[in-house]
Amino acid sequence: MALLDIDNLHAKIDGEHGKEILKGLSLKVNPGEVHAIMGPNGSGKSTLSYILAGKEDYEVTDGTVTLDGEDLLEMEIDERAAKGVFLAFQYPVEVPGVATMTFLRASLNAQRKKRGEAEVSTPDFLRLVKDKAAHLGINQDMLRRGVNVGFSGGEKKRAEILQMAILEPKLCVLDETDSGLDIDALKVVSEGVNALRAPDRAMIVITHYQRLLNHIVPDFVHVMNKGRIVRSGGKELALELEANGYAEYQQDAA
Amino acid sequence: MNADIRPIRTQAEQAILASLATVPGGGDRLADLRRAAARSFEENGLPHRRVEEWKYTDLRSLMREAVPVAGTAAIAEADARARLLRGVEARRIVIANGAVVPELSDLADLEEGLSLTTFAAAMAAGDEVLSRIGGIVPSRYDASLALNTALARDGVVITIAPGAAIARPVHVAHVFASGTAAAMYARSLVVVGAGASFTYAESFEGPDGLAYQANAATEFVVGDGAHLDVVRLQEEGASAFHLSTLLFDVGRESKVHAFTFGLGAAVARTTLYATLSGEDSHVGFNGATLLKGRQHADSTLFLDHQVPGCESRELFKTVLDDSARGVFQGKIVVRQAAQKTDGRMMSRALVLGDEAEMDNKPELEIFADDVQCGHGATCGAIDDELLFYLRARGIPRKEAQSLLVQAFVGEAVETVEHDGLREALVERAEAWLAARA
Repeated sequence: MALLDIDNLHAKIDGEHGKEILKGLSLKVNPGEVHAIMGPNGSGKSTLSYILAGKEDYEVTDGTVTLDGEDLLEMEIDERAAKGVFLAFQYPVEVPGVATMTFLRASLNAQRKKRGEAEVSTPDFLRLVKDKAAHLGINQDMLRRGVNVGFSGGEKKRAEILQMAILEPKLCVLDETDSGLDIDALKVVSEGVNALRAPDRAMIVITHYQRLLNHIVPDFVHVMNKGRIVRSGGKELALELEANGYAEYQQDAA
Repeated sequence: MNADIRPIRTQAEQAILASLATVPGGGDRLADLRRAAARSFEENGLPHRRVEEWKYTDLRSLMREAVPVAGTAAIAEADARARLLRGVEARRIVIANGAVVPELSDLADLEEGLSLTTFAAAMAAGDEVLSRIGGIVPSRYDASLALNTALARDGVVITIAPGAAIARPVHVAHVFASGTAAAMYARSLVVVGAGASFTYAESFEGPDGLAYQANAATEFVVGDGAHLDVVRLQEEGASAFHLSTLLFDVGRESKVHAFTFGLGAAVARTTLYATLSGEDSHVGFNGATLLKGRQHADSTLFLDHQVPGCESRELFKTVLDDSARGVFQGKIVVRQAAQKTDGRMMSRALVLGDEAEMDNKPELEIFADDVQCGHGATCGAIDDELLFYLRARGIPRKEAQSLLVQAFVGEAVETVEHDGLREALVERAEAWLAARA
């Protein structure tokens, strides 16, 4: 059974005259696989990531999404997280007044609690964070500050990967993780992501550019346009896209 | 004006007038002050919405019940009810039903430089320090203060000697300890000598379900170069009325910080007056108010910059759940002489309840031409994007809301310098949120 099974997903922006964004998208992701989703701006890539995470601004009008065979669309946002869905945001928000450490701990313990696991003890938690943070070049000062407050673009992305490393999700959805990163930051973030590749963990890497896929090498590449996947292939497809652009697909769909 | 035209007295006003009939005579200044205060109440009565300063807190219609002045509290009951800030290492004074309870108060072994007595004892002794009472006179009739002046019999009188650094805070615990609704009045005076430093805490509490009336006023006289921190925690019973006044006379190059934390009472009004009468001083007034149900709470500030070069900062946070109502009024007056004044005032409200309401009224009156003054007010719900982010990490909705509310309130609470008091306030905020969840 696929870890994630998206079948004929249709979704629109919530509201009476909400625009339809996803128009029959299907995708199967097995444990251990890394799928890249590429496509032009406005093709619905970010919407897909938000719908998987459970953002309430969208309405699913048709189709199904299951995680380990369970109906994902029926779950609350926090329930999805506890089941192992993690969205690394394209633009992580700043949460002033909530210290990063407090936030990480509240997240981890809330997920564990929902899964019927014991809370992590303070020393274990501190050790866990210290270890993971060091690999991502995140210092103590950043951990003491409010979540993402005053972080640079690169620091925000690293902080997202730190959260991912601590929460150990089954399905990581990385939404344009490369946006706003210079080449050094891209390397650090990619190494962080690669370290999390595991046989029981799948990833969906959403990106506009092939550049990220030099660092996070996918098993499959999908091209998305106008709310659907229009072509799928291996990692070489990304190179082809880099050379030829998306124009061909946009014309096809038009 | 035709003095014969009087509004009909409400029952509450009639009861207060009956209490005022007992204001004692006497020829000294304090007796004169009291009689003058009683007269001003007789003339003006309880303020209503047509009185600008009370526009959003119409005391005449809110305060309906007539209650007598409270009698002496039973010591055991007062002790059992005074729970707030008990964990904080401080010199503790208990005022029950408006009178200091010596058996529950830490009046002995005073640190060098600290003198502490009761208001009643100071009056009986004709203590000269009481000449400081009534030093700040509000420009407009203030019913809450007038009633306090006329009817308060007791409270604490604290004097900090010049240059003394008193590390241990004094905590005055006000408690209502009676089985029937009554009114209590307490008046305190804190004189901080030049170059001295001091932390003063007040708490207010009483039983739920009794429409008792608490009225407290504390005057602070802050000497040149002194440092005063005031922290107050108001958790009156759910049906109570809380009226309080804090008055500050701020000397030169001094630093005054006050934090008011309001959680309790059906109706609460706290008024802060500051007169900046010495140059180059800093005044910081901050507050947080957490309201639920049908609670009504009003924080009103008057800052009077009389001299050049002073700085004032105000940050008030209000959280409104259910159909609660919050009021913030802040007025900064900058006199013609008060050049180089730097004043900033901000009120922020976080609205959780569908029926909640916040009224913000900032006012600036500037007569000097070289000043920096600003004010702002915001009012909004919890940010959906933040909530989504927290929930996407597995934090359930209620818990995520609590974290965000705590962060919102935290920005103000963090300004409390004293570690023990700050932690105690954080704990009270957490308890409020836990009760909500």
